[in-house]
Amino acid sequence: MSNNFDRSISDEDVMRRRASLLQRLHIDGQLFLLLTVLAAGSLFVLYSASGKNVDLLLKQATSFGLGAVAMCVIAQFEPRFLARWVPLGYLAGVGLLIVVDVMGHNAMGATRWINIPGIIRFQPAEFMKILMPATIAWYMARHNLPPRLKHIAISLALIGIPFVLVVRQPDLGTALLVLASGAFVLFMAGLQWRWILGAVTAVVPVAVAMWFFVMHDYQKQRVLTFLDPESDPLGTGWNIIQSKAAIGSGGVFGKGWLLGTQSHLDFLPESHTDFIIAVLGEEFGLVGICLLLLVYALLIARGLVITVQAQTLFGKLLAGSLTMTFFVYVFVNIGMVSGLLPVVGVPLPFISYGGTSLVTLMSGFGLLMAIHTHRKWIAQV
Amino acid sequence: MPQPIRLKDHEKDARQVRNRVVVGAVAICLLIIVLIARLYFLQVIQYEYHSTLSENNRVHVQPIPPTRGLIFDRNGVVVADNRPSFSLSMTRERAGDWEQVLDVIVEVLELSQEDRTLFERRMRQGRRPFEPVPILFELSEEQIARIAVNQFRLPGVEVVAQLVRHYPQGEHFAHSVGYVGRINEAELKVLDPVNYSGTHHIGKTGIERFYEPQLHGQVGYEEVETNARGRVLRVLKRTDPVPGADIVLSMDIRLQEAAEAALGGRRGSIVALDPNTGEVLAMVSQPSFDPNLFVTGIGFKAYSELRDSPDRPLFNRVLRGLYPPGSTIKPAVAIAGLDSGVVTPSTRVYDPGFYQLPNYEHKYRNWNRSGDGSVDLQAAIMRSNDTYFYDLAHKLGIDRLGNYLSRFGIGQKVSLDMFEESPGLMPSREWKRARYRQAWFPGETLILGIGQGYMQTTPLQLAQVSALVANHGKWIRPHLAKTVDGVPPVDPNPMPDIVLRNPGDWAQVSAGMQQVMHNPRGTAHKVGDTSSYRIAGKSGTAQVVAIKQGEKYDRSKLDERHRDHALFIAFAPAEAPKIAVAVMIENGEGGSSVAAPVAKAVMDAWLLGENGQLKTQYAPPVTAEAPARE
Repeated sequence: MSNNFDRSISDEDVMRRRASLLQRLHIDGQLFLLLTVLAAGSLFVLYSASGKNVDLLLKQATSFGLGAVAMCVIAQFEPRFLARWVPLGYLAGVGLLIVVDVMGHNAMGATRWINIPGIIRFQPAEFMKILMPATIAWYMARHNLPPRLKHIAISLALIGIPFVLVVRQPDLGTALLVLASGAFVLFMAGLQWRWILGAVTAVVPVAVAMWFFVMHDYQKQRVLTFLDPESDPLGTGWNIIQSKAAIGSGGVFGKGWLLGTQSHLDFLPESHTDFIIAVLGEEFGLVGICLLLLVYALLIARGLVITVQAQTLFGKLLAGSLTMTFFVYVFVNIGMVSGLLPVVGVPLPFISYGGTSLVTLMSGFGLLMAIHTHRKWIAQV
Repeated sequence: MPQPIRLKDHEKDARQVRNRVVVGAVAICLLIIVLIARLYFLQVIQYEYHSTLSENNRVHVQPIPPTRGLIFDRNGVVVADNRPSFSLSMTRERAGDWEQVLDVIVEVLELSQEDRTLFERRMRQGRRPFEPVPILFELSEEQIARIAVNQFRLPGVEVVAQLVRHYPQGEHFAHSVGYVGRINEAELKVLDPVNYSGTHHIGKTGIERFYEPQLHGQVGYEEVETNARGRVLRVLKRTDPVPGADIVLSMDIRLQEAAEAALGGRRGSIVALDPNTGEVLAMVSQPSFDPNLFVTGIGFKAYSELRDSPDRPLFNRVLRGLYPPGSTIKPAVAIAGLDSGVVTPSTRVYDPGFYQLPNYEHKYRNWNRSGDGSVDLQAAIMRSNDTYFYDLAHKLGIDRLGNYLSRFGIGQKVSLDMFEESPGLMPSREWKRARYRQAWFPGETLILGIGQGYMQTTPLQLAQVSALVANHGKWIRPHLAKTVDGVPPVDPNPMPDIVLRNPGDWAQVSAGMQQVMHNPRGTAHKVGDTSSYRIAGKSGTAQVVAIKQGEKYDRSKLDERHRDHALFIAFAPAEAPKIAVAVMIENGEGGSSVAAPVAKAVMDAWLLGENGQLKTQYAPPVTAEAPARE
């Protein structure tokens, strides 16, 4: 730590000497550059995946803009200041989820949205992806590490409430991401390995129970189709067979931009949302996907560096969880499209079409920037 | 022991997190390697397989629709089968500019602009990518030839042979078997998209609709290799479809034809049941229509002609026609009176030609204005004496009367397997309060006793009343299907049998109904006199327009369509009933004079052999008891 401390001092000196525009704006240059690359790549792939739909591109570009604004605004806040508001935010988020739950059941079906016509329309579950890790990080940061049984139990309760509410929407994909983001805080906080092992062994009976009591028929169907896509080639198996064929037929270098037959002949369902990686794989091949994975890996690496360098425990836990959750997005999406995992409806971060998830993701990166750029240099001495 | 004070150890925390970051980084690296390995497997190792699958679009999964189950009458005569028919289908993805190709089709086949709009609508209904959509059915030889000659101008268009439903008996079974038609948008939303992926038709009414899941079967599919033009080169893998189940009807085409002939072109309906089994032997609703018109889509003009015809050929009178039962309800009312103990078979009522409630002025008229004098139960049925039944209904009261009639099935669906049957109406105090916000008046009970007033019944319900009297209250729901896939249909919701305190009451009512036919004073004795076997029957008249107090029914003043409907229920042979019949002739006026001969003709057709004598299997057993009284 003393080693680290010395370096911090020298870093600070450097910063003071060359306080560039970016630093004064609390923007992390590396993250910003990588995100810009992803945004450009997204529009590029989306143009092909949407069948040259310019309107859609403009919408997505607008979402990127909105996301960037959200990111920059969040980056301006002191993490300590944010931490103060986290518990309230959590309560508000859970409250909105309950509102959705009640409204949804009145409307005789699944509702994920809160819709005040003409003013705003959003999914409270999306907020939870940020609020969940922040809440657990806030709670954990108040106690010594590694967490004790009592604190673990309370954290699990805090995670459990929104998880159950989102599962009931029903949106299993988002619920699992919310669960993961909370769980990663515990992991980062040094949750003892015996608890982790215990949880992993407990997953099996829980999964069996979910199968019988929680999951909807369409979700069960997805799992069954995942296990044996050939069993239902006309129905749900169609997506997986076609996406595997799209990726596989891309080969090493791909068929070329706008030349993917699977997506352009409408074989590939949801080609511009959840299954967009199949378009990338078909048109740019293994090389294209590896390049994308490289950009993701760099983003994640930067996130982990920010985690290690963060000065407050809250910052460390939050940054670590956000980074790990981001990887879960990438892994689950590519895994499901390539037939490794069941189809759970998780978009590919920054590439899939969809404004809400973009804004959430970029807000998360805004938090990373806030954690990184608001470090105090003397405070800890 | 005092608790140690826990200090925040920031350095330890940081070390802890750093350790976990290292673990996380390693895990992420491993999982990224897993992803890359998976992609390597798909894109390099399986490249050949996937590129054949995709790049040339060679392998397709094609659904194979199951063959729809056949429908036979009880003797094995085919009522609905499937015939090969050539249709024109188009695959949008292969047609290029498909709207322009439609123009070419219209030009080549010399069709109208109206047809083109229809084609366009069908094309827009297309479901799966690369699925051919049939747009024109039953191509003629000439049309097929014209398409072949112009094939080079018609990319993505092909002539396909498929099986199309056909009804060889035409109009005879239109109202019972129903018909299939093209699946419409609304049905598409609720159908299982996989099982119906190769199917273009679905049961719309009747048996075709009720037994749709059984008749349809289970879809099969095949993986086929196609060339760039979409022509199938070879089949790689095939899972056979499971054909739909065959249905054997309980109906008999000969009896059906005889019944239609007996009705002789008049508007009306006939139902014939086997009271011992609940099997529907014949079901006529006239006028009828040709169900084949609906299979491949009926033209708008032809359809509006059917729909707007004043004779209402599309209207199923047997299941949906609602009529006051008139005097045909009297046997059921008589059972109610006997079983509840308000009358005995020997109770007599003096009929001066009308009935008056105590303290009321209003005179409830007997149809026979001069009165029948003193009548007992059997005589009251025989003469259809209204005064007796006014008195009986008054003694019973609406609650008991309604309870008994409901047990006969009035006011509820009685059939086992008929589509869109109307429940009719059995009025009650609660019903009247909810409907009119009024109390029940005693006079309304009286007219219910003679089957007038609010009560509404379908001809099927009347036939069931007749069957119930015939089999002494044993409830078997009338059904059209004798077997489905060789198995008789099971009633999921059986009605409780009508069990009387004194089962001998059935014989009393039956005897009364026999005297209707066979006593010289019976209302239908002219028909009964000509019969070689004993019939139990009851006539009825359903008013179409109300006749005011003191007015007389004068047919000359009434519009033809406002004349009374003629009703008749019967069963025979009376000693051991084998057939129960209900006849309704719209605006036929005379239950005994018009409807009764029709009922007898139907029963003759079923019961009599070529020699004009009862078929041996229908002859009453020798030990049968003599009728209670002549």
